[in-house]
Amino acid sequence: MNYIPVTDKEKQEMLAKIGVKTSDELFSSIPKSARIKDLNISAGISEQALIRLLEDKSKKNSSLKDFLNFRGAGIYEHFIPTLVEEITSRSEFSTAYTPYQPEASQGTLQSIFEYQSMIAEITGMDVANASMYDGASATAEAAMLSLRSSGRRKLIISGLLHPEYQQVLRTYLQGTDVDIEVIQQVDGITSLSKLKNFVNNECASVIIQSPNFFGSIEDLDEIRKLTTEHGALLIQVLNPLSLGILKTPGEIGCDIAVGEGQVLGSATGFGGFTFGFFAAKKALAWKIPGRIVGQTIDTKNRRGFVLTLQAREQHIKREKATSNICTNAALNALSGCVYLSGWGPHGLKELAGLNIRKSHYAYDKISKVKGFEPAFKNQLFFNEFVLRTKKNIDEIEKNLLSENIIGPFALKGFYPELSDCLLFCVTETKTKEDIDKLVAILGK
Amino acid sequence: MEKILIELSQEGQIGYSVPENDMGETDISKILPQKYMRATIPKLPQVSEPDLRRHFTKLSQLNYSLTTNFYPLGSCTMKYNPPVNEKIANLPGLRYLHPYQPENTVQGMLEILYELQDVFCQITGMDNMTLQPSAGAQGEFTGLLLIRAYFKSKNERRNKIIVPDSAHGTNPASAKIAGFEILPLHSEPDGHIDPAKLKEILTDDVAALMLTAPNTLGVFEKDILILTDMMHKNGSLLYYDGANLNALMGHARPGDLGFDIIHINLHKTFSTPHGGGGPGAGPVGVKKALEPFLPKPVINKNKNVYSFIYDRPKSIGKVRSFYGNIPVLIKAYCYIKALGREGLKKVSEQAVINANYLLAILKEKLPAPAGDRCMHEFILSGKPLNKCGVKTLDVAKRLLDYGYYAPTIYFPLIIEEAIMIEPTETESKSTLDEFARVLINILEEAQNTPDLLKNAPQNTPVSRLNEVEAARKPILRW
Repeated sequence: MNYIPVTDKEKQEMLAKIGVKTSDELFSSIPKSARIKDLNISAGISEQALIRLLEDKSKKNSSLKDFLNFRGAGIYEHFIPTLVEEITSRSEFSTAYTPYQPEASQGTLQSIFEYQSMIAEITGMDVANASMYDGASATAEAAMLSLRSSGRRKLIISGLLHPEYQQVLRTYLQGTDVDIEVIQQVDGITSLSKLKNFVNNECASVIIQSPNFFGSIEDLDEIRKLTTEHGALLIQVLNPLSLGILKTPGEIGCDIAVGEGQVLGSATGFGGFTFGFFAAKKALAWKIPGRIVGQTIDTKNRRGFVLTLQAREQHIKREKATSNICTNAALNALSGCVYLSGWGPHGLKELAGLNIRKSHYAYDKISKVKGFEPAFKNQLFFNEFVLRTKKNIDEIEKNLLSENIIGPFALKGFYPELSDCLLFCVTETKTKEDIDKLVAILGK
Repeated sequence: MEKILIELSQEGQIGYSVPENDMGETDISKILPQKYMRATIPKLPQVSEPDLRRHFTKLSQLNYSLTTNFYPLGSCTMKYNPPVNEKIANLPGLRYLHPYQPENTVQGMLEILYELQDVFCQITGMDNMTLQPSAGAQGEFTGLLLIRAYFKSKNERRNKIIVPDSAHGTNPASAKIAGFEILPLHSEPDGHIDPAKLKEILTDDVAALMLTAPNTLGVFEKDILILTDMMHKNGSLLYYDGANLNALMGHARPGDLGFDIIHINLHKTFSTPHGGGGPGAGPVGVKKALEPFLPKPVINKNKNVYSFIYDRPKSIGKVRSFYGNIPVLIKAYCYIKALGREGLKKVSEQAVINANYLLAILKEKLPAPAGDRCMHEFILSGKPLNKCGVKTLDVAKRLLDYGYYAPTIYFPLIIEEAIMIEPTETESKSTLDEFARVLINILEEAQNTPDLLKNAPQNTPVSRLNEVEAARKPILRW
């Protein structure tokens, strides 16, 4: 099939107007030696055959609709209100381009303005951008901002920053001569005493995730004091849903707050429905990467919205831009916008509360199962926690799978020293009955 | 105009129903110490579901989009987005997968990604691919890091990247953050690169030349093979900015032209929606010599069993979390499967015909500085209008009044009062005829009633917006 609405007759008329006999003449500037006759790929198929083909492939996967899932580790299964997908699937949003002509793009622009406002509100920060690719790239961009604005060449990151974010951060900084110091954990949180040894006046920023990769809530007040003393920025990486209850980066005094927005109304999508949020203090507004929407007025004094502070961006500043980001993740951020709009402050609080209640119920129950025990003393957590087990981890996974359960995430891949530890995630999507089922099978 | 959400807010309203609490009403402060809890209440809107639905539906109606209007946006390639691809990307077996679920439960997904890499290699003439980069710009950045890693492995110190002044702004910005020094290359008035000028700046510390082909003036580099040869003889590499691949599919492959690295902007060539600014996807392809440096993990196929391989000692690492913008990748896969070899070839042919057809009509009215033939897009200059006191910007705004999105304007920077038009292959002859008629009509208005242009747009939800004021006194939130 194809999507070309030009008939053969029209094509001939068009060629005549152009003044060529065949379309081939239009490709004559490409060297003959490099021209190909055909692509070595399969022939096209009908829409019916396409749907059938992909349905068959999709059936080779087991989706979370077939399984009970207790795995998080960076991508989380949450309830998605129907309206969220109803709105984001509206083609007037999904098939629009970057709003370069604001007068014809007020829908996208206003929704981004609303998104920016809500991200600023939940994080307690002054400004937010229009989104980035994912939590990892947002973290890397935050680190680069701190290096750029301070002129310093040293970064301190928590070893409990999501391991993939750590990898992405290192990739982003490959072209620079920046030193990255990783602070190891003690009892599931970033070691404050080790941190103290490394924070000094050469340090551009300290990057801490809280709740961290193990699910633990970090005590950021002490760390804030430390960074202030040494003129370093404090960057918090966080789960925005946890802010329904947890202390905000604004209240802590962080300079930048970033993280993964998938939890705000996007499906797990094999890790593909991501968007990074990026919020900062006012003083950094001109240094923020990516797109920003601002409010303004039209010639008749009516309110409207435009892309603004564009003098930071690559299409104007080229190699002097704050970042190379061009495309962002506007549609995924729109999910976040519709999601936050519907929950409001009270719904968000209740939802966060449900995550805490359910995960703590699971923690208490599984801790009492023979062969399982808490990995850390007094772990404070939101919706993920770590347990140590004497049982064979591969066996546990196999047993759970045979009961249609995707169980906890084994830490051994990222943290070999914790090869007997499992990271469990329980969100509002799990009922008491679901959790009891998990507990029963783990006890077998 | 629609109110903003916070103005619709009514204390006590909520849009969605909170799931049941079957855990009992424990006081959360008994679970978590008070010092970890937020003290402030965020000023989020409190709006009912019916009102929310109307709000966002109204907002959607304030948008131009591909399903509502013609989008002749040069270098952005806004082609039709088939809904069947959306439907497929939403299949539960593709949508509700966890990135860390066991590999044996996601074989269908890995198969799709593996095959997609393969067809991209066939289309571009590359040897291997990564699907990880989340946008064209991230693809560029990835490609540049691959170039760094390649020369590092050969113990060569090459820290310069040549970027023509006609290139997209992302090229120099990506090269800069990848740690390179940028050597700008001045293109000729018609957009071509003069090999003699390249020779002047080509030193032995040049790592690569970044080229967009066809370039941003819609012209294919006539000396491409000379340029390739010069770069390779110098030990340097050639980077292909795939923004304009839509013009080449099935006719020529960047790999056969001598390019070593390429990124593809999937929404441009492979019809994936762009969502008002994203998400996108920017897969990167490489020739064999650069393959060991590709981001990890790579997908392996062994006797029809697919797996991720992480043990890649020379890899540059990861450029994003997990594996890529999966829904975007699935949509591109569907598009390629549906069109197949003859369909893709036809796409490029028709895209080039459509652009040349419009150019043939419009060059009679406005100068075409890059010549009167083009590939998939072309440039006009609005310079002659200046004598009526009208700028290219005014023409763009007036087009909005007639129900068209505006072409790309003031880009590339090297053309005065540039108007850059890319119709794509999915517009009919009658749409093009009508668009040309309207544009010519606007040019007449410029002569006779220039104020109509200067005060445009008037038929849009808002009239011309004050962008200067927005930047001078930024209001970035409610």
